[in-house]
Amino acid sequence: MELGTQILVAVAKILFIVLVVVGAFAPMLVWAERRQSAMIQDRVGPHRAHIPLPASLVDFLRFTLKPMEAGIFGSFFAAGLAIVGLAILLLTGNETLFGFEAKTFYLAVIGFGIAGVLLRVGHKLHAGIVESGGKLALLGLLHPAADALKMIFKEDFIPPKADKLLHGLAPIITLVPALVIFAVIPFADTLFVECATDVVPRDVATVMACDGSGVATSIPMQVASLNVGMLFIFAVAGTGIIGAAIGGYASDNKYSLMGGLRAASQMVSYEVALGLTVVPCFMIYGSLRLEDMAFWQYEQGVWGVFIPPLTIACVLYLFAAVAETKRVPFDLPEGESELVGGYLTEYSGMKFGMFFTGEFVEVVGLSAIASILFFGGWDVPFLYRSGLDLPGTWELTIPMTDWVIQDQILLQHWAVILIQVLVSLVKIVILIWFQLMIRWTLPRFRYDQLMKLCWKALLPLALANILFTGIAVLLWT
Amino acid sequence: MAVGIKVVPKPERTLSDQLYAPEIAKGLGKTMARFFKNTFGPEEEKEIATVRYPEEKREYPPRFRGIHRLTQRADGSPRCVACLCCSTACPAQCIHIEPAEYAEGDPRHGYERFPAVFTIDELRCIYCGYCVEACPCDAIRMDTGLHMPPSTSREHFLYDKEVLLNLPGRDGTYLTANPRHEPGDPTHPGIDREQGH
Repeated sequence: MELGTQILVAVAKILFIVLVVVGAFAPMLVWAERRQSAMIQDRVGPHRAHIPLPASLVDFLRFTLKPMEAGIFGSFFAAGLAIVGLAILLLTGNETLFGFEAKTFYLAVIGFGIAGVLLRVGHKLHAGIVESGGKLALLGLLHPAADALKMIFKEDFIPPKADKLLHGLAPIITLVPALVIFAVIPFADTLFVECATDVVPRDVATVMACDGSGVATSIPMQVASLNVGMLFIFAVAGTGIIGAAIGGYASDNKYSLMGGLRAASQMVSYEVALGLTVVPCFMIYGSLRLEDMAFWQYEQGVWGVFIPPLTIACVLYLFAAVAETKRVPFDLPEGESELVGGYLTEYSGMKFGMFFTGEFVEVVGLSAIASILFFGGWDVPFLYRSGLDLPGTWELTIPMTDWVIQDQILLQHWAVILIQVLVSLVKIVILIWFQLMIRWTLPRFRYDQLMKLCWKALLPLALANILFTGIAVLLWT
Repeated sequence: MAVGIKVVPKPERTLSDQLYAPEIAKGLGKTMARFFKNTFGPEEEKEIATVRYPEEKREYPPRFRGIHRLTQRADGSPRCVACLCCSTACPAQCIHIEPAEYAEGDPRHGYERFPAVFTIDELRCIYCGYCVEACPCDAIRMDTGLHMPPSTSREHFLYDKEVLLNLPGRDGTYLTANPRHEPGDPTHPGIDREQGH
């Protein structure tokens, strides 16, 4: 590949990650955290921010409400008629009914059914807008945007005796490593550019010849393919600790200092545990590269979490990851009840926003790593490079037609990659959601309990797990 | 009589408590169940307590004391006879009344007075309802069911006679259920010019 293309592709990948992670995941997380916690506590949560629509548009929407209802009724009625027609055809065994073949009826059922459901969903949104008098609230999704705007325009306060350089530097040091982690996280299988619209053979080795020339331009779906992979992540994530510590130190506030100290000691401790919990993954996958780990799970057809030593590692990792991100129940560094706001006390405006974003991005990052280490990353069950291949060998002929559904559904290469990207994002979202649930379930630990959990529980367990994994690998290979 | 003593044994911590993980799972189950019930559950099973205030309003109990109103007679004049009972009873001293005589020739002249000025400082008012208790004529009531609407100036909260007279009760009328017997009416119970002692 030429250098120019390479740079272009790299920039595109970085943009994708920044847009998805900072532009979509972080606000979604803020929103989910607020709304979800509210729902658990029998409240509605933030739902007020809205874009007012012009009155004429609202009038138009109100006017179209009735025709839309008619459309929904019509679609479902047509689908129902088609089902009746099909039933008649199946029962009588005739070839055609009123000159229509069975195929037409199938298409009508599917088409009108989908149209009806879509119209129904649209009608609900539509009616919601009309009912609220033209307020486009989008379920309260605009609140994070409003929050971000507020933070940008808020006064940026620096305590008079604070170290101005370090005070300004701390949020950057927290946010940047959290983002850099994503450089080595693969979002899909390797993309073979020339074969994008072909069906790539399932066998890996033959891919090179897909366009006949024998040379395929391959784009790894990650920003940087480093051979140190996980070590890079730990090295970079480790610098995040410095941000919190510096923020606490530079604020000229004893609460901040205490918070910074707590953050530093907690994160250093849990970094050790976090690192050791994932060692069994290296031993089993035999690589430090995240793309290799995902590929191993794809090739073997089993996700890490279903391999016994890694099941333990997964649980330990999730514990350590929640603690590493300093979130409830491990949010001692912030500890509102005793430390005001911990190392965040003296931060306001966008600097606070950067700490905040950094924390959320870190959650996304650790979830992404967990999804790759233990949940297959971009691997989708039964989806191979050539397309879907469901277990068994079977064929299903739809009655009255010549349509056949097979256990193998061939997909073009771009579709496979797209599915993989989407699934890997969904996996990350599910893991984030799980962390949010933990956040709203558990009460905060005491500081000595936190340290005890790390040094006396997680660390020995992780070490024992390494030993166990070693024995298992020796026995089985 | 001997005092019955019930010995409550100290709850033992079971193995699952000690392990912590099963308890986490239980807790997660609780919160998740609550979340799904309140988010996706059927409308009648949701336990959302939030009232989206300006659009939705909670219904107040029937005896809720809202802002005051001055009730009217059938002809639209105030029932108030400016006896100053309410302003005397008012612990917050928020009612200001200036009594005046009806004009010469008015049938009420010489029997009753009327308030030339009747002002309530709604910011001073503590909504105790003593004025309503004190009123002998059922002239002041707190049955509007309204909050004081917010405003930008303290002057706006000095409600004068006109404002108070034009606030309807919860039933929408400006009168009360108690009939008023004017002097000269056959139902008038007391003495008047025509019937002396």
